[in-house]
Amino acid sequence: MSDNTTAQETVTPIKAAVMDQLPSAAIQGQSPLHHADLDSLAQQGPKTGGVHLREHKLLCHLTLRCNQGDEAQKAAVERVLGLALPLSPLTSVEKGDYSIRWLSPDEWLILAPGLEAFDIETKFRTEMPGHYSLVNSSGGSTVLELSGENAIDVLKRSVSVDLHASVFPIGKVVSTTFAKSTAILRRKGDHTFELIIRRSFADYIWLWLQDTSREFGLVIDA
Amino acid sequence: MYHIYCPHCAEYREEEEFHAAGQAHLPRPLDPDSCTDEEWGTYLFFRKNPRGIHHELWVHAAGCRKFFNMTRDTQTYEIKEVYKIGEKPSIVAES
Repeated sequence: MSDNTTAQETVTPIKAAVMDQLPSAAIQGQSPLHHADLDSLAQQGPKTGGVHLREHKLLCHLTLRCNQGDEAQKAAVERVLGLALPLSPLTSVEKGDYSIRWLSPDEWLILAPGLEAFDIETKFRTEMPGHYSLVNSSGGSTVLELSGENAIDVLKRSVSVDLHASVFPIGKVVSTTFAKSTAILRRKGDHTFELIIRRSFADYIWLWLQDTSREFGLVIDA
Repeated sequence: MYHIYCPHCAEYREEEEFHAAGQAHLPRPLDPDSCTDEEWGTYLFFRKNPRGIHHELWVHAAGCRKFFNMTRDTQTYEIKEVYKIGEKPSIVAES
């Protein structure tokens, strides 16, 4: 028995197995809205309207849970992403293609280019000290961008949060109910909002958005 | 509809984002194997149903998904205060 114990102690600590879910762009990935064929709609559909919809598909979504009071963990996140974790509630930070959203006092959502998921996750496993959880949830959700002067009107019909710029400034992020589903909503500009929706509700929300934006005119951007 | 202040998100949200999770401050018997059936049954099944001040556990289900406590008046439906898990209520019923 004692021999076994000694042998185990010398082995390097076991890291979580990380799988490269999307090893190359040559392999076709299908977004949750693949069946809607937004690319064709962008070419054939109307070019002017009050609401513009664009899907940012196949991005890297990582859910990080760690202790916001742990300086070593916060430093590790900054080393990996070049971005500091947003600690105040309902805020987000963005730098280039990388962004972090505050979801709860110990939970953040990281978005990055899809092909970088494996690299970022591997770096986290090397850098992060202590007790934490990092889950690659890229396949579980997709990102929609709503813009145009009537985008806010569509959202007012869908969510119960106050969207006025005085209480919902650029960069603010909320998880809330969206129609009969849920979404993570973030303001990117005066008339630009980002929605992160669940894969299983993607079709419902796509139908909902078409219905809700009908009177303003919906334009699909590619 | 309630307009509920989430102590974690630090803002008011609509009730549809929340779920009530029953009575707050229910200490689980430290050693369930050695407590009496009565103690265990009381812990598991018996709840207060006061008229007036009540302490409840709520969860911000569609938001930050964190639990917190609320002191609520069951008679007027007024929310007296919200406070985080582990904190003590500042408003209690007169006994």
